[in-house]
Amino acid sequence: MDCVVTGGNVKVLAKAILSLSRIGDELYVEPQDDGLALRSVNSSRSAYGCFLFAPLFFTRYTIPNGQDFRCKMAIKSVQAVFRSLASLEKTVEKCHIELDKKKNRLTFTLHCKHGLLKTHNLSFQDSESLQAVFDKESYANVFRAQPRLLADTVVHFPSSLDEVTMSVNDDRMWFRNHVEDEAELSKAMQTELCLASDEFDHFAVRAHNSVTFCLKELRGLLVFAESANLPISIYFDEPGSPVVLSVTDSVLEGNFVLATLSDDSHQRKDNTRRAQTPPPPPPDDFMNDDIDSYLIAMDTSMAPGPSSAGPPTPPLAKSTYSKQPVAAYHRTRIHSEEEEEEKEETDDSDRPPNKKFCSLFFGSVLPPSSQMSTQPVTNQEVLASDSEDDTQAE
Amino acid sequence: MVAKCCGFDFSGNESFKTTECTMPLSTQSQADDEKYVLVASLDNARNLSNILKAITFKDHAIFNATPNGLKVTVEDSKCLQANAFIQAEIFQEYTIKEDVVGFQVNLTVLLDCLSIFGGSTLPGVSTALRMCYRGYGYPLTLFLEEGGVVTVCKINTQEPEEPIDFEFCSSNVINKVILQSESLKEPFSELDMSSEVLQITMSPSQPYFRLSTFGNSGNAHYDFPKDSDMMELFRCTKTQTNRYKMSLMKPSTKALALSCKVSVRTDSRGFLSLQYLVRNDDGQICFVEYYCCPDEEVE
Repeated sequence: MDCVVTGGNVKVLAKAILSLSRIGDELYVEPQDDGLALRSVNSSRSAYGCFLFAPLFFTRYTIPNGQDFRCKMAIKSVQAVFRSLASLEKTVEKCHIELDKKKNRLTFTLHCKHGLLKTHNLSFQDSESLQAVFDKESYANVFRAQPRLLADTVVHFPSSLDEVTMSVNDDRMWFRNHVEDEAELSKAMQTELCLASDEFDHFAVRAHNSVTFCLKELRGLLVFAESANLPISIYFDEPGSPVVLSVTDSVLEGNFVLATLSDDSHQRKDNTRRAQTPPPPPPDDFMNDDIDSYLIAMDTSMAPGPSSAGPPTPPLAKSTYSKQPVAAYHRTRIHSEEEEEEKEETDDSDRPPNKKFCSLFFGSVLPPSSQMSTQPVTNQEVLASDSEDDTQAE
Repeated sequence: MVAKCCGFDFSGNESFKTTECTMPLSTQSQADDEKYVLVASLDNARNLSNILKAITFKDHAIFNATPNGLKVTVEDSKCLQANAFIQAEIFQEYTIKEDVVGFQVNLTVLLDCLSIFGGSTLPGVSTALRMCYRGYGYPLTLFLEEGGVVTVCKINTQEPEEPIDFEFCSSNVINKVILQSESLKEPFSELDMSSEVLQITMSPSQPYFRLSTFGNSGNAHYDFPKDSDMMELFRCTKTQTNRYKMSLMKPSTKALALSCKVSVRTDSRGFLSLQYLVRNDDGQICFVEYYCCPDEEVE
């Protein structure tokens, strides 16, 4: 791979890497025929981001013929290349990215003002392909807004806030945070914002749903969208299926896929499915944790896997199952009973999300089969059920 | 070594009348002044504190005053030495009764005292300073005044140590470049701190002047061409590559940030000299100098 980025595009590239750094710790680099793909996924695999820079984005873009190459590296070390982001536009004239496969080095050369030449030789690891499976076309609700609108919206939420709930009806969109029941009343703050449809460039609603997702990644993409001045498109469907945020222009495309919190109706459905699966193997160290929240979350995160995911999923599903405590089965049943008792109250669709799921709500991000993309599923599947705790336990 | 401590004296003694302190620094009687071997006054204490900040990486500072001015030395691990030179002309008043007056104080404490009024950087607000020393065994006395309020600080002095002589003389200098500090600020602020060393290559041929780091995620090089408009002087006679401990190089970033020009020199032993030209608030020029020993010989 040998490519050259010049002028303002250097900053665009740097900002894309910055926004990907809000997702995960590693940057996956894959030079493709249709452009350079930069991707990242978080440790719980509940958030995924991808930027594809078309060959036209570069002044020069050449990739070796007929040999697939992809690698990953610490995103921090790539950020270090563009550390002086604020002055980047003024100081850097040209950025040359070159892969030396023999030396296992990815070299970034920045040609700066006053003849200063900065060369960063970064080591990398080989990696599998990282590819999220989603199909934007199939989403019921589609919006497009200027980055300013969304930035002005999220600015009202405290930076410590993890998740935000987005709801829509035919002519309005709401953003609100959820205040936990056990939160200290003196500190609790509920913020709710309402945006009218005419504030959006595009506002198409087919399902009056609300989804809860992480703010951090949205903020990350906003950093990019604001600097590139590109509108953000939002695609979402129902609670539990991922929300897709995307930016596009003629030479680049960025997609962020974020897990959303499953709601109770989903969970009940999942519980019935769970009942048909064989009891899982013995427990491991998860038993020490807040078992209630863990098991419930596990439950929601597990279910869609085997029943809806098609051929590539079984090995993954299997591995996740092996981590499930034996108690889960019983707990699930207990939970379903409680669920029955609560049923009357829980039918209210405006109910705030059940906070119990939050620790692990990222689980059920595998889209139901109806939304499966036509793309071939590659060897490493992202956004399948995998919990943060799983990762840490490894 | 005696334990260092800082004495703040708010009692207004030293025949100091707080009731008459509209011009407190000049109201001291002639008799008081006669006791001191060194008296130095500044209208703006920041002119001293700023330059001292450029060499603050250890607590002990050796003060050496001569009729030419004040030299403050800070050392680390016998491998690094930083000197700040404040010429006599910088001071509004500079009286010295001996050829050489030497003492050692805790630099952090001195800097705290100099900014005792908050060290405001607002224009028109400045702390006036009168620094007095009576001689061996006496504390360093600071009279600080801002907005008609006076603080007297007494900082205990210590036995002065002899600064290390790095024997860096210009006749042994192999390579020398003078750069505008602006061009080095960014590379220094970006230096990969996971690298144990900063490698400096100076050469009459390519890469001319190169800074390199070798960190966890790979290596990085910063190359300055000899014809860069930031390069004020390029006089390299022989290719030299030396490594210096990053931990020793880091403090010099403070001096770089203050300076407008920097001279980088290496001698035949690979010793590094960094000289910084610092312009203070009033446009006067001071110098800060760093000496650093090279790390283990590179093959």
